[in-house]
Amino acid sequence: MMFLDYILTSVALGMTFLLGCTGEILTEKAGHLNLGIPGIMCIGGASGCLALKYCYGMPGFFVVTLAIIASILGGALMGAIYSFLTVTLKANQNVTGLAMTTFGVGVTKYIMSGMAIDATKNYLYALEYFRAPFAKSTTGLNSWGVMMYLAIAIALASAYVLSRTRVGLHLRAVGENPATADAVGINVTAYKYGATCIGSAVAALGGLYYIMDFMGSVEAYKTIEALGWLSVALVIFTLWKPLVSIVGSILFGMLYLASSIIPSLGINLGMSATPLLQMLPYVVTIIVLVITSISKKRENQPPASLGIPYFREER
Amino acid sequence: MKEFFKKLELPFHVVKRSTIPTWKAMLIRVIAVLAALLLCSVLSIFMINANPIKFLTTMLDGVFGSSRRIWKFAKDLSILLCIALAITPAFKMRFWNIGAEGQTLIGALAAVAVIVYLGDSLPEGVLLLLMLVAAVLIGAIWGGLPAVFKAIWGTNETLFTLMMNYVATGLVSYFLLLWTPSGSSVLGRLDKGHLPIIGHEYLLLIILVLALTALVFVYQKYTKQGYEISVVGESENTAKYIGINVRKVIIRTMLISGAICGFAGFLIVGALDHSVAVTSVGGMGFTAIMVSWLAKFNPLIMIGTSAFITFLDQGAAQITTTFNTDSSFPDMVVGIVLFFIIGCEFFIGYQLKLKSREEKSAAAATAEAAESKGGNE
Repeated sequence: MMFLDYILTSVALGMTFLLGCTGEILTEKAGHLNLGIPGIMCIGGASGCLALKYCYGMPGFFVVTLAIIASILGGALMGAIYSFLTVTLKANQNVTGLAMTTFGVGVTKYIMSGMAIDATKNYLYALEYFRAPFAKSTTGLNSWGVMMYLAIAIALASAYVLSRTRVGLHLRAVGENPATADAVGINVTAYKYGATCIGSAVAALGGLYYIMDFMGSVEAYKTIEALGWLSVALVIFTLWKPLVSIVGSILFGMLYLASSIIPSLGINLGMSATPLLQMLPYVVTIIVLVITSISKKRENQPPASLGIPYFREER
Repeated sequence: MKEFFKKLELPFHVVKRSTIPTWKAMLIRVIAVLAALLLCSVLSIFMINANPIKFLTTMLDGVFGSSRRIWKFAKDLSILLCIALAITPAFKMRFWNIGAEGQTLIGALAAVAVIVYLGDSLPEGVLLLLMLVAAVLIGAIWGGLPAVFKAIWGTNETLFTLMMNYVATGLVSYFLLLWTPSGSSVLGRLDKGHLPIIGHEYLLLIILVLALTALVFVYQKYTKQGYEISVVGESENTAKYIGINVRKVIIRTMLISGAICGFAGFLIVGALDHSVAVTSVGGMGFTAIMVSWLAKFNPLIMIGTSAFITFLDQGAAQITTTFNTDSSFPDMVVGIVLFFIIGCEFFIGYQLKLKSREEKSAAAATAEAAESKGGNE
């Protein structure tokens, strides 16, 4: 029973990674390495919770929908700032992304600590709506709420769009070689803006999911940043494939929570081993990173123009 | 929709500048900073009910209001500058080392480990030396490991160094649990391994960092190795053609970068905290990237940029206490100012030129031609 609970919880936690990772994949496919994802996930959580503050008393369906819309808008706005700086103003992507994270985490702290005093009335009242239909369950199932299925649906839809549609083909062309894409008449700027804003909106949902579905606590917003970095790592782990990331995110969830299950399996590592077990996802990511770079398979490489700003008049 | 975009022809086009006079570049930056501060003060009216003038005077007071605050400013500036100096050679080489946080933290951990295990058996001088060696060595290893993989297999260094941060954090929590028998994970102030105090508590630290600044400046500007770094940064192919061993340069530079981070960790332990915690570096490893990048990787200008960032941080923190708001306000201020500075770099690198009338009509003609062609199909 204990073990089953562990699996259920890991899958639920994995959805946070899945949303962040799918969002980052979409952005990276357009050739932009968005290191602002942790900050954007925080903003997504905060803007969703902020909307909940004004939804008190509404029917559950509207509460959840409005929070999701607010979260999407918050994320898309952050994505728009990032794209304006990196696409239009051609700023350095690493520096811009890190600034986005600083800013997003700061704003989130400001919003969430302001709502902490009367948290139940402000946003935690909506837990039962988010966690439907298993809200009453005492096992890991209780976080298998509505947003979880949304996360999987988004990942499946992204996989389909990227590999089976014309839009996906164009997007990949932009990420591989923007000059060539431009030459055949693809609107490079529009694709970069679109992919980054949609990607950020998807990642933002990850923050809302983590606060309202998975954790359901006042302190939840403080740990989103670390999970955001893991989502960025997951993109490499899954080799830029949304389908693989569904499995990868669950695996990351299991690794992240490994320290909670190992003692109950009868393996006694002592208390001090817990931090070492929590390092596991990061170490595994490093190993995967190294292996994929050594193997040099072409379909496993990052988009060729990742991180390079595109200026049409440059030769 | 498509029609709309075609009509929406911008009245200017973007041209890359070849050069820009220094005063003009500085002017653009100053305008950006002022605009950002203006926005922050307007925000503060709504968020914390402070008027814009009070906003600025409070910031100034928070940084220069008393001699204690000035010393704190100088101390924070020095540590930030030290980490920024560390990542500069790597960034100049276009090696995106965002692992300074971890490299510094692991250096601090090594220094504390030396105190914990050898503090009672060694004289203070030897102990300090050992702490220094341990911190610098492990910092170099932490930075060198991603470099080796990057140099040989082209492994993505941004993500590798980022992950190493969390491995360092994990190791710190592990050792803290090991060293605190109660399991509280809070290591108190250690009374061994203190750097000597000359004049003022922070004076030695400041002098050491300034000396390091000069060293890094000379290294980058006047040595063969510094030259090799900038060639590799400009173009790896050029470097190969003129016979530079790119792999060797990458690994060597990251060893140096990591070693200086380790040195910063040593300073944090030996001169300031005399302890280590998961939050010892407190995000400075990331802020240092801004400092270095804003200064265009010039160590001397970096003194100014790290002073600026420290000013923002400490000033905004003062606003937090004076107006009794949440402690996250500094992060927001720094974030907003950074957006403006990042954005203004565009106007330094590029120029907006108004389109002349002929150009406009030519553009319209091509658009029309394209349209009629599309219609024929």
